[in-house]
Amino acid sequence: MTMPTRRSRNVSDRSDIAEHLATVPQRDEVLELGMWTFLSTEVLLFGGLILSYFVYRHADPQAFLAAGRETKIVIGTLNTALLLTSSFCVAAALRAAEHEQRRTTRALLGLAIVLGLTFLGLKSFEYIEEYREHLVPGVNFARAGENAHGIELFFIFYFVATLLHAVHVLCGIGVLAVFAALATATIARSRYVAGLRTAALYWHFVDLVWIFLFALIYLPGRSS
Amino acid sequence: MTGKNYVTEDYRLSSWFTTTDHKRIAILYFAALIFFFFVGGAAATIMRIELATPASDVVNADTYNRLFTMHGIIMVWFFLIPSIPNTLGNFIVPLMIGARDLAFPRLNLASWYLFMLGGSITLYAIFMGGIDTGWTLYTPFSTLYSNSYVSVAVAGIFVAGFSSILTGLNFIVTIHKLRAPGLTWYRLPLFIWSLYATSVILVLATPVLAITLVLLAAERLFGVGIFDPRIGGDPLLFQHLFWFYSHPAVYIMILPGMGVVNELISCYARKKIFGYRFVAWASLAIAGAGFLVWGHHMFVSGQSLTASLVFSFMSFVVAVPSAIKVFNWTATLRKGTLRFDAPMLYALGFVGLFTIGGLTGLFLACLAFDVYATDTYFVVAHFHYIMVGGMVTAYFGGLHYWWPKITGRMYPEYWARAAAILIFFGFNLTFFPQFILGVEGMPRRYHVYPAEFQVWNVLSSGGASILAAAYLLPMFYLGFSLFFGARAPANPWGATGLEWRTSSPPPRLNFEQQPVVTEEPYDYAHAPEPQRV
Repeated sequence: MTMPTRRSRNVSDRSDIAEHLATVPQRDEVLELGMWTFLSTEVLLFGGLILSYFVYRHADPQAFLAAGRETKIVIGTLNTALLLTSSFCVAAALRAAEHEQRRTTRALLGLAIVLGLTFLGLKSFEYIEEYREHLVPGVNFARAGENAHGIELFFIFYFVATLLHAVHVLCGIGVLAVFAALATATIARSRYVAGLRTAALYWHFVDLVWIFLFALIYLPGRSS
Repeated sequence: MTGKNYVTEDYRLSSWFTTTDHKRIAILYFAALIFFFFVGGAAATIMRIELATPASDVVNADTYNRLFTMHGIIMVWFFLIPSIPNTLGNFIVPLMIGARDLAFPRLNLASWYLFMLGGSITLYAIFMGGIDTGWTLYTPFSTLYSNSYVSVAVAGIFVAGFSSILTGLNFIVTIHKLRAPGLTWYRLPLFIWSLYATSVILVLATPVLAITLVLLAAERLFGVGIFDPRIGGDPLLFQHLFWFYSHPAVYIMILPGMGVVNELISCYARKKIFGYRFVAWASLAIAGAGFLVWGHHMFVSGQSLTASLVFSFMSFVVAVPSAIKVFNWTATLRKGTLRFDAPMLYALGFVGLFTIGGLTGLFLACLAFDVYATDTYFVVAHFHYIMVGGMVTAYFGGLHYWWPKITGRMYPEYWARAAAILIFFGFNLTFFPQFILGVEGMPRRYHVYPAEFQVWNVLSSGGASILAAAYLLPMFYLGFSLFFGARAPANPWGATGLEWRTSSPPPRLNFEQQPVVTEEPYDYAHAPEPQRV
């Protein structure tokens, strides 16, 4: 929601508002509501996937616990920490941008991008390890025993979900890179901040999805 | 008329393909949809010719499978779902709410390109040899056994889905944030309410289809068994996910039509719509309850009886807001000053055909009858009454109603009325016999049938030829009116609504001055008189 201070500022300045919009607050609200609506779509996109996971976990709980123990929890936990930290960086960058601290903004966004790239690097390493351990369904999956089918279903979910998430991370890094590049450019500050706020919403959402995936993928079967 | 309008502003072809003007993008969609309508219609034509005799004489079973699949996929995803929202909605929504454009004009153009990309991919699949799974793409047939272009077609539908999502997103934000001063929610035309409800479904249901298609494609391409019972997967899960999208999608395909009919009935009865708030909230109630009825497509799939009972009950519940609308339209007509112009004929046709389609939907919501009628022509007739009798009729009605606003020309009234009556007649002759065929037990999706069904099939095919001719008719007289029609005034029908306060066709940014709203909607007591041109 817009703060009263922002509402009163720049209202008459048309130079950085698209011609079909009337005021700066309207432009900011349009951007923000657009992103929230987009995120609601994303919730249902991942929601359908997570629903499938629960259906199969309910059908074959033992196999899903066994499969959870096959995942690389150290990498998973490290990656969770990386993404959470990057989200903090983006939030701090937004705060800095609101206070017109352009270099700090750029540095914090750069740090968030590095953390995101490290996340993807670790994820790729994890995929390679899983390939070596014959855990990739449709490529080289090889497990025997009564849990084998359930483990295969788990890893289908694992690959579809984490790849879909990785695509989101990649898009997010691209968006953050644009805002890092624009941090010191000569564009209207209010427009930059509104854009960055929208981008930050997206990045936090990608982070939030990962927290759900982390719990569903890495934690089953670890408590006993 | 002075000054330039959105068409005369720039004549270069490139200016159309790079436009961000919602009015021009609506025209781009309109051109594409006419094309897809004829592709889907061509498949239907061949099917009806084949079904004129009991034997197999035009196509074989395999080709027939590909024909009805192509008909379904093209008509659902590339005609009905984008029909009213992306053409009339795109054009009229910003005008109706007094905005200069949609909230995200560039995203709007991107949606069109995504739609065209998805359409091209799907057409490629069709011309390479087609797809034979039926538009429902049920597993495991679609993933393990079908020897046709499933993955390509699925990719096309997937891409077009994002076009739907982005359009819905654009409408939601526009309706929330770009309304003219004084235009409160309860002053909005009901067309806006119904498109808002439609957009909510587009945004919340389509991603589930997207992820389902991703899983389907993963299973087909990589041979992993997500829905494969051999490794413990569940083919029914696909049906649940598919119908979680596709049942709400049915409401994507009817709510905009209802929205158009509100405008038409109110205008040609010269009366405020009866029970405005009930009609407005009924749209959202349909959108909400529509998410909870998908299981009625699966009564014979082996889902639990408890689930079937709940879905059956919910299907009756969702009929309530639909009935509210029908009753309120009827009440609006009562003691109105009725004028039977072509758009009104379409609107009245809609109310009758939608009522038949809706009531036969209640037959199918009954567990016992549904088991009997599943996969028969009764189901085919039912949903064609909703989608063709309802949505396509409303689409034609809206097209005629807003034609002067869109093109700046009046259409020939005599021909338009003739086409409206012919469509109504041809439609009923095509599809009413199919109810009888269904009750008598003729299953859908077969190209041969026992001789005793021939009478009704011949009637249906005869009706289809009338319907086809009636659908072609507007192409000629509307095309004619583009060049030779009388110039349209700003408000030829004496209608309420902001879209009639600007010139026909409107200037690029819609209004010379920002309109301000001070009156209630459908205030026909104070509306200007209709102008005879």
